[in-house]
Amino acid sequence: MKLELRGITKRFGSLVANDHIDLTVEAGEIHCLLGENGAGKSTLMNVLYGLYQADDGEVLLDDEVMHFAGPGDAMAAGIGMVHQHFMLIPVFTVAENVMLGHEATKAGGILDLATARARVREISDRFGFDVDPDALVDDLPVGVQQRVEIIKALSHDARVLVFDEPTAVLTPQETDELMQIMRQLKESGTSIVFITHKLREVREVADRITVIRLGKVVGEASPTASNVELAALMVGRAVELTVHKEEPKIGEAALVVEGLSVIDHIGQLVVNDVSFTVRKGEILAVAGVQGNGQTELTEALVGLQPRVQGSIKLDGVELTTSNVRKILDAGVGFIPEDRNEDGLVGEFSIAENLMLDRSNGAPFVKAGNVQRGFLAEFARDRVKEFDVRTQGIDEKVGRLSGGNQQKVVLARELSRDLSLFVAAQPTRGVDVGSIEFIHKRIVATRDAGVPVVVVSTELDEVAALADRIMVMYRGRIVGIVPGDTPRDVLGLMMAGEAPAEGAAA
Amino acid sequence: MSTTAEHHRTAPQPDALDTTVVTSWKAPIAFAVFTLLALALAVFAPREGVTKFRLSSPTDAVQLPEITVPTMPALWTVVVLLALVTAYSAWLVASKKRVPLWTIVVFAILFMFGFLTWAAAGASLPMIGLLFGSLSLAVPLIFGSLAGVLGERVGVINIAIEGQLLAGAFTAAVVASITGQPWFGLLAAMVAGMLVAFVLAAFAIKYFVDQVIVGVVLNVLVTGLTSFFFSQVLAPNAALLNTPPRFDRWPIPVLGDIPIIGPVFFRQTVVVYLMYIAVAAVYIGLFHTKWGLRLRAVGEHPQAADTVGINVNRTRFWNVALAGAIAGLGGTFFTIGSGIAFNKEMTAGAGFIALAAVIFGQWDPIKATLAALLFGFASNLQNTLSVIGSPVPSEFMLMLPYVVTIFAVAGLVGKVRGPAAAGKPYIKS
Repeated sequence: MKLELRGITKRFGSLVANDHIDLTVEAGEIHCLLGENGAGKSTLMNVLYGLYQADDGEVLLDDEVMHFAGPGDAMAAGIGMVHQHFMLIPVFTVAENVMLGHEATKAGGILDLATARARVREISDRFGFDVDPDALVDDLPVGVQQRVEIIKALSHDARVLVFDEPTAVLTPQETDELMQIMRQLKESGTSIVFITHKLREVREVADRITVIRLGKVVGEASPTASNVELAALMVGRAVELTVHKEEPKIGEAALVVEGLSVIDHIGQLVVNDVSFTVRKGEILAVAGVQGNGQTELTEALVGLQPRVQGSIKLDGVELTTSNVRKILDAGVGFIPEDRNEDGLVGEFSIAENLMLDRSNGAPFVKAGNVQRGFLAEFARDRVKEFDVRTQGIDEKVGRLSGGNQQKVVLARELSRDLSLFVAAQPTRGVDVGSIEFIHKRIVATRDAGVPVVVVSTELDEVAALADRIMVMYRGRIVGIVPGDTPRDVLGLMMAGEAPAEGAAA
Repeated sequence: MSTTAEHHRTAPQPDALDTTVVTSWKAPIAFAVFTLLALALAVFAPREGVTKFRLSSPTDAVQLPEITVPTMPALWTVVVLLALVTAYSAWLVASKKRVPLWTIVVFAILFMFGFLTWAAAGASLPMIGLLFGSLSLAVPLIFGSLAGVLGERVGVINIAIEGQLLAGAFTAAVVASITGQPWFGLLAAMVAGMLVAFVLAAFAIKYFVDQVIVGVVLNVLVTGLTSFFFSQVLAPNAALLNTPPRFDRWPIPVLGDIPIIGPVFFRQTVVVYLMYIAVAAVYIGLFHTKWGLRLRAVGEHPQAADTVGINVNRTRFWNVALAGAIAGLGGTFFTIGSGIAFNKEMTAGAGFIALAAVIFGQWDPIKATLAALLFGFASNLQNTLSVIGSPVPSEFMLMLPYVVTIFAVAGLVGKVRGPAAAGKPYIKS
């Protein structure tokens, strides 16, 4: 089916998320939509899928103008979508999720689960998916959940399939399998729109590439273009894709973690008997697919997890029995994974956010009063030093872009004397320009002799920063390997396969 | 309190995480407290004589013999057994095992038996009356909790159950009095409950007002309105407007003659039979029909439901209205269900106890019904004991249903997860 978008415009208040976007996807073609976070890719696809109503422009399928009042209409017209955040109901089974919205029923409105199961099995077998229709979605690994999403779309007879950032949650091997599935779908005549900001994937699978920046189409590219060319088109200027860093000057062991386990509220060992050491002046990157215990590990280091067993020693001092306040006072800096949830108070000003962790005494607070003058001076210095693009230190943090918000968090954490720096997903949802800056600051912190732990699900980031790489899988450490370990080895480790002998670092 | 997963999970996934048991000393400590309480009764307030448990009423076709128990030996036996269960649970926790649900059930039954034996010493305890009354008192709670389950499962927290019950009770009394027909009263009560629900739905779904606040305000509004009409309109014209006819009891043939079960369950009024049907219908509807699948999807992950073409807000609106109708139906119990004239604030917090039953029942219609029955039993125990002249002060016993509620809900907090999107409005751009 041929899909055509003509002059699509979508505004949110004064923000123009899509500005007269034209896009044509031929039948049986894989068309990549490349752009940075916030460039307007997802908005465009939500317009296509009927979740948003466009302010202007039209959608055509096989040269016929369509009007979608909601996703139901889009689905009926043959458009399917695999969402970035899966649209699956965790407490339902696979079959229930697939049948939802077009349920087969027996007499009296009773659900016909047998038909739904058969449908799941049929599609699953056609593509070799191996999905159990009676499994609870919550129990499935994310890779399988994504297949359920694909089955769901195909069960609606979708002939245009949109994949919205599908690889963000996958291991490199699962990503390869997904590419294979996309090619299979293409051969069966399905048109595919593949949204991503990862250059490697684009070049591997795309037939054509359209690049979007700040809500506008800025050009088309061929899959043979180099990474540097594509990145320049995406960002609008030449970018350095690699981080320049010197050989590490490694000192003595600073952070020593032994037999650490973190238990969640239902008794699962989300971090399972983990031991590692980080020395002064080195970056240990923790790699792994999202949800394999990295979040809980970093939270345990800062004292945010309630049920922890084992030992965490920083410069010989035990931290597990301590509390967050004491751990911060011991010089631990922390960039949380979700800055809007845990890192910043959106309704507070930049200045107030910069002193969030130092409200307990001098120099920011004296006799119970916030020292406004001191704070303003401090905030102005930090904003300048960390290149936060803002109208002033009194602007609410919630109004800043992702990259500038993250710089505020970074500024707060790095403006203390640190004895350990923990950064979880430091560049998630951050523009390329800010990524360069944040990476430089992290390397500078290392060079100042601070032990650094960086958690990232992006292998590019891991490779750029790491002196050593620790891979986690299902709460355990699969292995700790040198920073220059090849991607395919890391990929296998992220799927739980231990590295070959002698690869350890 | 132990909890069970809502779905029976199939074989565990091969790559499931290792687990460890999070043990809690809650159960052994609670057991120990109640054991000491029983011991205190035996030591400080011993009562002589025997206790009789009557299992049939004089009109029954099949007459069961009375069971006679010597009071003090029975109480001491119970104390010893309670101590044993307590020790067993403490041993389980100490060796890192879970305390299974059955120990809690066994403990509760033992304690109840011991307490009743002690409280009714020298008298004869009418078991049929106790259970029959428990079921009757539980009827509005059950209807209310079904309304709560439906509301929260579809994503709208319904604090206004109390108001819906009261509106139902009021309307049923007035309409039945005027028409002389309890059936019209019943229909009118459902409409009244639904009207209250419309207000809740409109504010919560359309205007995104905090659902809890709307619910509380609605309760106050309905209380005020019904009290106003009661004192200004109903009281002066009581003969015309507030002498509702009642539903007669309809004993069901055969079923009604089964010993114990018959008189308790099958010699009730039509309101109670409607309750059986409602519980079954809501259960089957929620878990086995298209309607229930969509309803639960909307309450768990509204955006996912939206992306497969389900109209989230329309689904919410009509199911909240349906829940209101069910709660309104429950309100009829207070007036035409029992043949009592309407009185100010006569629901006396039943809607809030129903809300507790929703949580205690883990958002499951059957479990919520069982929870409501427990609360009904606690209420009726107080009535029965005061009738047979037990030494327990009636003010203390009046407190019982609420104490049970607090413990039941507190024991579950943090252990069960309600519908993920309950209380969150669905806002589309």
